[in-house]
Amino acid sequence: MSPDLLLLIGKATLDTLRMVAIAGFIGALIGLPIGIFLATSGKGELFPAPNVNRIVGLIVNATRSTPFIILVVAIIPFTRLVTGTSIGTKAAIVPLTIATIPFVARLVEAAIRDVDKGLIEAARAMGATPVQIVFKVLLAEARPALTLALTMTIVSLIGYSAMVGAVGGGGLGDLGIRYGYQRFMPDVMLIVVVVLIVLVQLVQSAGDRLARRFDKRSRKT
Amino acid sequence: MTISLSEFSRDDASVVFDGVSKRFAGSGESAAFTALNNVSLTVGRGSITGIIGRSGAGKSTLIRLVNGLEKPSSGKVLVDGVDIGALDEGGLRNLRRSVGMIFQHFNLLSSRTVFGNVALPLEIAGVDRRAIEARVRPLLDLVGLADKHGRYPAELSGGQKQRIGIARALATEPKLLLSDEATSALDPETTQSILELMKRINADLGLTVLLITHEMEVVKAVTSDVAVIDKGEIVELGHTFDVFTHPKHETTRALLSGLPGSKLPEAVARGLKPAAAPGDRVVVRLTFFGAAAERPLISQLIQSIGAEVNIIAGTIDEIGGKPYGSLVVAYGADPDTSGKADRFFAENGLVTEVLGYVA
Repeated sequence: MSPDLLLLIGKATLDTLRMVAIAGFIGALIGLPIGIFLATSGKGELFPAPNVNRIVGLIVNATRSTPFIILVVAIIPFTRLVTGTSIGTKAAIVPLTIATIPFVARLVEAAIRDVDKGLIEAARAMGATPVQIVFKVLLAEARPALTLALTMTIVSLIGYSAMVGAVGGGGLGDLGIRYGYQRFMPDVMLIVVVVLIVLVQLVQSAGDRLARRFDKRSRKT
Repeated sequence: MTISLSEFSRDDASVVFDGVSKRFAGSGESAAFTALNNVSLTVGRGSITGIIGRSGAGKSTLIRLVNGLEKPSSGKVLVDGVDIGALDEGGLRNLRRSVGMIFQHFNLLSSRTVFGNVALPLEIAGVDRRAIEARVRPLLDLVGLADKHGRYPAELSGGQKQRIGIARALATEPKLLLSDEATSALDPETTQSILELMKRINADLGLTVLLITHEMEVVKAVTSDVAVIDKGEIVELGHTFDVFTHPKHETTRALLSGLPGSKLPEAVARGLKPAAAPGDRVVVRLTFFGAAAERPLISQLIQSIGAEVNIIAGTIDEIGGKPYGSLVVAYGADPDTSGKADRFFAENGLVTEVLGYVA
């Protein structure tokens, strides 16, 4: 394999990592509070706002049920507005972020809803404010689940980031399509797939390890 | 059924329930129901008061009214003279910081160490780090778990978890401790040790304890006063010793029948008949306490009725620190023998209950 090709693969990998990192970071930053809101704003919960909860839930569902490839095309005007272009790595970050937000929100919601209701009651009985309950109880107790949620988000993002290659997004997916498929270079395709597998594997095992370290529920004497 | 408040004046009261009702509105498929109906009850300051009832009797709702986790539909709840219905959210939070609570399933944070769990109410109250440190250590000493401060709840036994729960509840130096079935998930031995601890903090710290339970054992072991609750109403109320020795309501009797020593042997229970045939013997439960517990009652009984007496079951126990005995005996059901026996019981001030007849 030529050094040029290796360079290409290296650059594509970096592009993918950049897309995943930025989209993951912004998506989690916005998705986390939305997830917390979804988990705590039902009727009779910490911040009861059932109507807003329903509306936010609806938007989240709508975004999640739109196939990613359609989302990418559908928001091109918005992408152009934000980045000034609709192709390339920078442009791909916009739909990736938009898709990540609801994904993270639902995972965070599930993680927080999973926290034992008895703990919320105990905290209320101690005189905790709703905000204290969120930070001292819910987020602390959900930390292992939130870590796994974030891991899952990154893994999905790696997959999505390969998909944006189909519409000129840059990164490993783009490389695989342009060289592996269109120029019929199966070795490039193979390397792209291997790199993706390794990336996913690394992220997953790091996430699992971190979640295990945060999880104090099953430690025995 | 209305029950007058016990003899505590309201000044001595830690908690007063005044005509409290709680109705839950139905939603979806669940029908509306009344959890509490016109409950009036006074918890004396410094007492250990028990509320006992079967599951669904309304006792969980009752205890949650005290720290405002539930709001009454009507009536008033006073804690140290303060009507908690009149408090806003901030006032309620302050009140909760002065009322400790422990739970059946402990409700400890799995992500925090023992130290962190006990520190939590102090953090919530905005106490600074150093003061927290100074407060938590002696609490862990008090509950006998100073060596576990860096452990996580998952590494502790049930009894140890509840001790941490108690330490946590005491962290803000409350005057009142609410115990929500705190021993129901524990084995009998651990239950006893937790109850001992509750007794000790009641005596040493002057802490009022209001506990709910479905176990008569718990009421018997620690409480000075007890209220029996059934279908949202208080059906019996008084000093624990009196309620145990002179149960009036059928629910109380049913709950008492679960105590060891009060159950008839299976073989006798099976043969029990509601009416006497000629030659049958009557089965009677004798309850005696105080001085009567120290007299040779059975031999005196045999002498005064001039007939044989069988002892079927029996127990000697202590309730609220007073000795108490319960004996199930059988003797001739003929009018002569049983008449003499009745006179003997009356003369000696024994409480009797005819359980049935056996051949």
